[in-house]
Amino acid sequence: MTELFNIAVIGAGVVGCAIARELSRYNLKTVVLEKGSDVCSGASKANSGVVHAGFNNAVGSLKAKFCVQGNEIFEHLCSELGVPYKRTGKLVIAQSEGDVKELENLFEAGLKNGVKGLSIVDRKTVKMMEPGVEGVAALYSPNSAITSPYLLTIAYAENAAMNGVKFKFNSEVTGIERKKSYFKIYHDGDYTQAELVVNAAGCYADKIASMIGYTEYKIYPCRGEYVLVDKRWSHLITRMIYHVPPKDKSVLGVHITPTVEGPILLGPTADFIEDRDDTSTTMPGINQIIEEARKILPSLPSHDSITAFSGIRAKNKSKEEGGLGDYIIENRRDSYFINLIGIESPGLTASTPLAKHVVEMISELIKLNLKEDFNPIRPAPIRLAELSHEQRAELIKKEPLYGEIVCRCEHVSKKEVLDAYNNILGVKTLSGLKYRARVMMGRCQGGFCTAKIISILQNDLKTPYNGILLKNPGSYLFTGKVREEDEKDVK
Amino acid sequence: MLNEIEVDVAVIGGGPAGLAAAISAKENGAEKVLLIERGSRLGGILNQCIHDGFGLVLFNKSLTGPEYAEIFIEKLLKLKIDYMLNSMVLELTPSKKLYVANRNGYHLVKAKAVVLAMGCRERTRGAIKIAGSRPSGVYTAGLAQNFINLQNLMIGRTAVILGSGDVGLIMARRLTLEGVKIQAVVEIMPFPYGLRRNVVQCLEDYNIPLHLSHTVTEILGRSRVEAVKIAKVDENLKPIPGTEKIIQCDTVLLSVGLIPENELSRQAGVEIDPKTQGPVVNSMLQTSIKGIFACGNVLHVNDLVDYVTVEAQKAGMWAAKYALNELPEPDRKEIEITLGENVRTVVPQKIVPGLDTSLFFRVYKPGKNKTLNIIVDGKNIIQKKCPSITPSEMLKADLKGEYTLNAEKIHVEVCE
Ligand SMILES: Cc1cc2nc3c(=O)[nH]c(=O)nc-3n(C[C@H](O)[C@H](O)[C@H](O)COP(=O)(O)OP(=O)(O)OC[C@H]3O[C@@H](n4cnc5c(N)ncnc54)[C@H](O)[C@@H]3O)c2cc1C
Ligand SMILES: Cc1cc2nc3c(=O)[nH]c(=O)nc-3n(C[C@H](O)[C@H](O)[C@H](O)COP(=O)(O)OP(=O)(O)OC[C@H]3O[C@@H](n4cnc5c(N)ncnc54)[C@H](O)[C@@H]3O)c2cc1C
Repeated sequence: MTELFNIAVIGAGVVGCAIARELSRYNLKTVVLEKGSDVCSGASKANSGVVHAGFNNAVGSLKAKFCVQGNEIFEHLCSELGVPYKRTGKLVIAQSEGDVKELENLFEAGLKNGVKGLSIVDRKTVKMMEPGVEGVAALYSPNSAITSPYLLTIAYAENAAMNGVKFKFNSEVTGIERKKSYFKIYHDGDYTQAELVVNAAGCYADKIASMIGYTEYKIYPCRGEYVLVDKRWSHLITRMIYHVPPKDKSVLGVHITPTVEGPILLGPTADFIEDRDDTSTTMPGINQIIEEARKILPSLPSHDSITAFSGIRAKNKSKEEGGLGDYIIENRRDSYFINLIGIESPGLTASTPLAKHVVEMISELIKLNLKEDFNPIRPAPIRLAELSHEQRAELIKKEPLYGEIVCRCEHVSKKEVLDAYNNILGVKTLSGLKYRARVMMGRCQGGFCTAKIISILQNDLKTPYNGILLKNPGSYLFTGKVREEDEKDVK
Repeated sequence: MLNEIEVDVAVIGGGPAGLAAAISAKENGAEKVLLIERGSRLGGILNQCIHDGFGLVLFNKSLTGPEYAEIFIEKLLKLKIDYMLNSMVLELTPSKKLYVANRNGYHLVKAKAVVLAMGCRERTRGAIKIAGSRPSGVYTAGLAQNFINLQNLMIGRTAVILGSGDVGLIMARRLTLEGVKIQAVVEIMPFPYGLRRNVVQCLEDYNIPLHLSHTVTEILGRSRVEAVKIAKVDENLKPIPGTEKIIQCDTVLLSVGLIPENELSRQAGVEIDPKTQGPVVNSMLQTSIKGIFACGNVLHVNDLVDYVTVEAQKAGMWAAKYALNELPEPDRKEIEITLGENVRTVVPQKIVPGLDTSLFFRVYKPGKNKTLNIIVDGKNIIQKKCPSITPSEMLKADLKGEYTLNAEKIHVEVCE
């Protein structure tokens, strides 16, 4: 008899993983089904990484409520999960007198949503706070912060796994059957059974919902492109710098964000697109980003980018409707099937309050018993680069593999790569190593360390060449050997 | 506890530049010379260059990269020069302290003089902003060379190469010989960037199409590369709408330029020339920080290893003299060289008055039958005929010390 789970979460983005972690506090058998080869295969890895304060969201919306709650607990959350967090604060810049009115609107909305610490500052204060920035006034939000969206998602998932949640990757859900007291969920020639299903499939949440007859939802994918600028320029700003939101207000517009790892993030654009998997970047997008960012920070170089990428917002309102909807979290028709539809920004900020809300809904259906040995702590992995010289010396003495540097840009050691490889989720792809250990992410984008990592995979970890993947099946790196091994041995 | 080591001359990097500098430092009297290399063997980038063409100037022979390196490695061993492998310098301070990590521990090397010989790294897709999806199968040329020549791994079946510099050209031939179909080499400039001999021997001999004034505008494919979009560019190197073409391939090789690897130099506060992206040095190859010298690709990207060797020998010699307190204190300020028509870079950027100096130039535009003029205090003292120039080939000229002893101004230009 196939195992029956209490709960199956579909989608291992930041929302699905936060839900999984909240569920792992209880004596439940929980499984997460993810079509990608790793957590964070969707919007959760390609966003601004901003812990929003809550002044951008409509008064009284779920977005506003969960955002403000999320902001309040975020620092604690990151300390439990060993995730970088930095309260940098944010300036929304008015570049004309007309913009100033907008700042007042945001300020008012913020007050009503319960956002603390907001103030409107004048040109002189802007210059004092951010000498490189051009503006006539700004809304200052001291509580806005930054984090690493992918490290948070990974940490949620790892902590959930530590506490017993099972993760199934490369498992695209293709059909769901309602049985008497459980669901049969089909994926990749296999199936999983669970009493209750949480649909956290991001851009595909409407498709998953329609599998059991909720046909009223529709997701409108809206792509946001980014450009990442070399950390050599990180001194240009100390806070997040935003334009006042564009007229249509369905997005926040291109902004300039410091990242917890150093580089500056520029973006995102906003384009409603047909194909919800199309995370391509475009020349017009890249050019627009740089142009808009330089309007507000003229000293920003246009030539020193290290990479470009894009993420897709799962909007539940179309472009024609203005693109601005609230989160839909409901189980109207089939109480054991919970849909999360349109979890766009501030989904990262809101992830834990959202998850707690979902667990509350579940508690009305299934009796939840707290687990005695739940451990909320997921220690941050050791990073040689962040240690003092003395600490490095001590660490290498204890574990020599910390002395073998694999990545020259970010100073990542072999031990850190091996630790990333031995992650509890069992992810073994290059991209998995990249997001966990920060190899291949520096300014040379793997030009140096990829060769070393491949050699570690082959020689230390005995991975055959055709088992080395960038991410999903099909993303192979090598097509064969140049020479057969035995030929090489001929004297 | 940090493991402390004191040396006269520390050399960072064990490629041809580092090897020659270390040998020369020792031969010029420095007692304790330490060479530090992060790779698992000496030789640097030469280890993966198994084609020939190295050593033509110095040895009058066409050697492979490893053969060339071997000559210097043997000499280093014979001179019993200390070296550390698998050892990465993580930090360099202005007072010439080096923090080095390896499996034996974390070391603090205190050096009287330092030679920077870290080589260079490749420009990436992100740096040149190629739009499109992000599948596997996009490699920088050097990385691909490493996989094929050092790790015995084949990287694809059909490829498009972006960039016609020597690295791109050599990889086009190498891949063809291994059975990969090269669909095209795409070059944004209106002329091939590599040496003429490489265009002939690596492309024309194998009928590989070269698209000049073209660039890759988009990469297509979800899991693995499936195709690239290329387009013609205008005089400003901007893609011309409507000229796009799709070329099928499973591999994209980027050979779009090398950047001197000066993270450590910057950290130490060494002044960097924005054009060469290497340190600003004087005739002694001394950087803006006294006692720190630079040579090889970390100073400026070289096309011939032989010149790297000669340059590094000088850097090693001056570093030794500095460590021994024998560096002559010139009684006059250094003379800055000003760049005129069609001169993009010059190394060294500053002349120590009275010292014989070899100057290396790069030009902006290719041309035929030009003259390189070196003008000292308004007098044209060197006129060098250049039958053919291109931005990819360095021009060299020797400036005798007697001309600069009392000079105020030095100007260079390449004219009709
Ligand atoms: C450009 C952009 C900028 C943003 N900036 C911010 C910000 O600064 N701050 C903030 O708080 N929020 C921000 N957000 C919002 C935030 O990123 C999202 O709200 C959040 O990541 C949504 O998480 P998720 O788990 O719902 O979706 P996703 O991360 O997309 O996860 C859904 C998962 O479901 C999987 N899946 C889909 N279909 C199936 C299937 N059939 N079977 C199995 N698995 C499936 C997908 O592979 C994916 O992994 C931004 C979003 C975007 C796009
Ligand atoms: C594909 C290709 C083809 C070529 N073909 C030819 C040819 O045919 N003929 C020819 O004459 N020349 C050729 N060259 C050029 C020649 O190889 C280079 O000019 C020369 O190798 C540069 O030497 P280098 O010592 O400055 O740099 P490298 O050889 O790059 O050596 C630098 C060394 O420093 C080490 N290092 C860097 N940072 C640190 C640190 N922090 N700690 C410790 N170690 C560090 C690196 O690991 C490396 O080993 C070619 C180059 C390439 C890439």
